[in-house]
Amino acid sequence: MAQHVAPPTATTPVIPAKLPLKDIAPWAVFFGVLMLILLYFVGAEQGATSVVSGEEVHEWVHDARHLLGFPCH
Amino acid sequence: MNSATVRNLLVRGMLAGLGAGVLALIVAYFLGEPNVDKAIGFEAAHAPAHEHEVELVSRSLQSTAGLATGVLLYGVAFGGIAALVYCYALGRVGRFTPRATALLLSGSALVVVYLVPFLKYPANPPAVGNGDTIGKRTTLYVLMMLLGVLLAVAATILGKRLAPKLGNWYATLAALAAFALAIGLAYAFLPVINEVPSDFPATVLWRFRVSALAIQLTLWGTFGLVFGELADRLFNPRPATATAAQPVGAPS
Repeated sequence: MAQHVAPPTATTPVIPAKLPLKDIAPWAVFFGVLMLILLYFVGAEQGATSVVSGEEVHEWVHDARHLLGFPCH
Repeated sequence: MNSATVRNLLVRGMLAGLGAGVLALIVAYFLGEPNVDKAIGFEAAHAPAHEHEVELVSRSLQSTAGLATGVLLYGVAFGGIAALVYCYALGRVGRFTPRATALLLSGSALVVVYLVPFLKYPANPPAVGNGDTIGKRTTLYVLMMLLGVLLAVAATILGKRLAPKLGNWYATLAALAAFALAIGLAYAFLPVINEVPSDFPATVLWRFRVSALAIQLTLWGTFGLVFGELADRLFNPRPATATAAQPVGAPS
């Protein structure tokens, strides 16, 4: 029966301390914006609005846009 | 030290997002693409006037490299954002372990950024959708996503406020009920969009939408598990001996 007792390390998980907001903020602002721009190019560029003229971006990610649920033409 | 932790989690989140994107890509290619092809076949047979005069990107590129670009970028981008939210949520949402927080976060993300908009404005295959309304449809879709995120944040705050009074269980139920009610109201008041051609095959539409859902389940499910594991290893480094990893109750 002793085998059914989990080792003590597995029963006492460590809950990490909160990360201070001032440490998260710079990363969150810079990378948050960068990631949103990426999502914009995958999901909406050359559809409802265009930053780059033409249809190339839209056509290149066309199938991904449909399958990921974004409105597309 | 803490700033390094944030950077570390961000990198791990983007890597987990990339890994999740690879699995989602496999699902998208094998389950989704056949339906895209059928829909394009329908489009070509029924509305030749709507076709692009010049094919800028060939179908074989769109369904492979193009699909991969989109799905992988989507995975990395959402992985990064989720990791940043994770940095804030860890230890603040409740007393959850790194892995449990990751799974809770990825599950919530699936509901908030995908399921909530999907139930009102579901994914549509090619040949469904009027090109003239793309602006309105995009606005409504993004609005639904934003609304999901904002209402989820509000519900979480509400739950935390109610917890001392009601206890964790009932506070969570109350927050979920408030979230569902608010989303229901948004569904009721936002305009309906249905641009499915009357003779579009119902099975293709159904299978396309189910495959779109499968892609997201794969993406967020994988992300939650992989990122949880990577985050756990950051906070609880493994000892050199792995004897504790023996399955419990295994025959000896």
